Amino acid sequence: MIHYAEKNTAISGIGQSQIERKPTMLPFELAVRACEQAIADAGLRPEDIDGAACWPPVPAGAVTGIGAAGIADISNSLNLKLNWWSGADSAAQLSPIMEAVAAIAAGYATHVLCWRALGERSAPSYTTSGGGGWVPTGGMEWMVPYQAPSASIWIACHASTHMTRYGITREQLGAIAINQRRNAGLNPKAIYRDPITMDDYLTARMVTTPFSLLDCDVPCNGTTAVIVSRLDAARDLRNPPIVLEAMGARSHNKMGSWLGRTDYPHQAMHDAAAAMWTRTDLTTKHVDSAHIYDGFSWLVLSWLEALGFCAEGESGAFVEGGSRIALEGELPMNTNGGQLSEGRMHGLGHLYEAMLQLRGLAGERQLKKELNVSLVANGGGDVAGALLLRRDG
Amino acid sequence: MADHPKRAFPAITQANHHFWCGGKDGSLHILRCGDCGHWIHPYAARCPACRSAEIAPQPVSGRATVVGFTVNHQQWQPDFEVPYVVAIVELEEQSDIRLMTNMPRTPIEDVKVGMPVKVCFEQHGEIFCPLFEAA
Repeated sequence: MIHYAEKNTAISGIGQSQIERKPTMLPFELAVRACEQAIADAGLRPEDIDGAACWPPVPAGAVTGIGAAGIADISNSLNLKLNWWSGADSAAQLSPIMEAVAAIAAGYATHVLCWRALGERSAPSYTTSGGGGWVPTGGMEWMVPYQAPSASIWIACHASTHMTRYGITREQLGAIAINQRRNAGLNPKAIYRDPITMDDYLTARMVTTPFSLLDCDVPCNGTTAVIVSRLDAARDLRNPPIVLEAMGARSHNKMGSWLGRTDYPHQAMHDAAAAMWTRTDLTTKHVDSAHIYDGFSWLVLSWLEALGFCAEGESGAFVEGGSRIALEGELPMNTNGGQLSEGRMHGLGHLYEAMLQLRGLAGERQLKKELNVSLVANGGGDVAGALLLRRDG
Repeated sequence: MADHPKRAFPAITQANHHFWCGGKDGSLHILRCGDCGHWIHPYAARCPACRSAEIAPQPVSGRATVVGFTVNHQQWQPDFEVPYVVAIVELEEQSDIRLMTNMPRTPIEDVKVGMPVKVCFEQHGEIFCPLFEAA
């Protein structure tokens, strides 16, 4: 039998700062707090941490912006003694988790601190900076010159192809936003908590068709941190470990390209989902809660199809009306409100919520059923990673 | 040129010159394998179909089909005139040669998934930015 290394690792600690729409402090401070919390939650001390990973790669000295805490700065603020570290890009927002699994399997580390630090609300964006001087490189070269400085535009084009082909409606997209706002009402940390109706959704200001403001996630400052530990070491700590049952990222079709896949509008997620399912005997039927990347509402539909929760083209019908994906539904989804309502904690927010649900710590929004398996799917466009978590034992 | 929108172009290199500057002769240029005829975009040093290194730019017909588009309403930059269309087109020559583009010469309400389009260019100094319009 093939041995998949992630099954010998677990998440042993979690931490998350406050989520700020309006900044009250340096984003790097939020990052340090989240890391301290995760270490303490695991029952560890900073000197027990021997590995560190963040995504995307963040240069030393960055205290704000799209990546507000690099490895050197976190290491120095917490006085870590690191035997291994990585800022690599392998599985989108879940890259640090995949990197940590590899490091633990290789024997480089036992407890790896992983984080995603956002400080976008404290830094100039392309829009607010006047846009001068952006010289696009890589995949951006083929999109940015076309007055397309935002992922909302790139993903909207994919959505248009998919929704036109399969007759998916804005009302079906709206079911995602409305359901998540209802969940956010039960999440004290969420930025937007007031319920929205279908009428609110359909009359919201258009950003770029088919996406209105309510289809786009909410930029924020904040950090999520988790500790990935070797499973035997995690079992000695204070919390029941949550095991990494299967993790997948894969690039088999035009790596780095948003537009060039032979199966457009499929994206990297279609490779990542397939890769994850090859590493487990579990299936979609075993998933008790789903935490799916929602930088834009339509990405959820695309992930549902990529993961096989429904057939190609049927994701609109799958979410229609919202009852199936509601807290009491057969596939509760984005129970914290997701990035559309809680804020753009950029993937690791989904992981944090999955951990809360599996540990029974999600407060008013805790699912009523017994949970054993939760799915975390991150990324859109040319990056993706998929992760299945399960309770130990 | 004055009425052209400001565009953020990449640095021009040996790998992309044909695309961004090749329109000077009125044609869109795409890399093609000299051995098997496979079209390649963006740049690769070996043909993904046959692994040949004989790769060079060649003019294409400029005919394409819109496979997806968005009407952008957000004022990302003060000098972007909204709304405008950002479209994905597939070249007639090969379906996975897909380009993001704008269609400023076609009325927004006429843009549809599946419509045939043809290339046109907008000059910015040495760059001839490929755009598309209703065929």
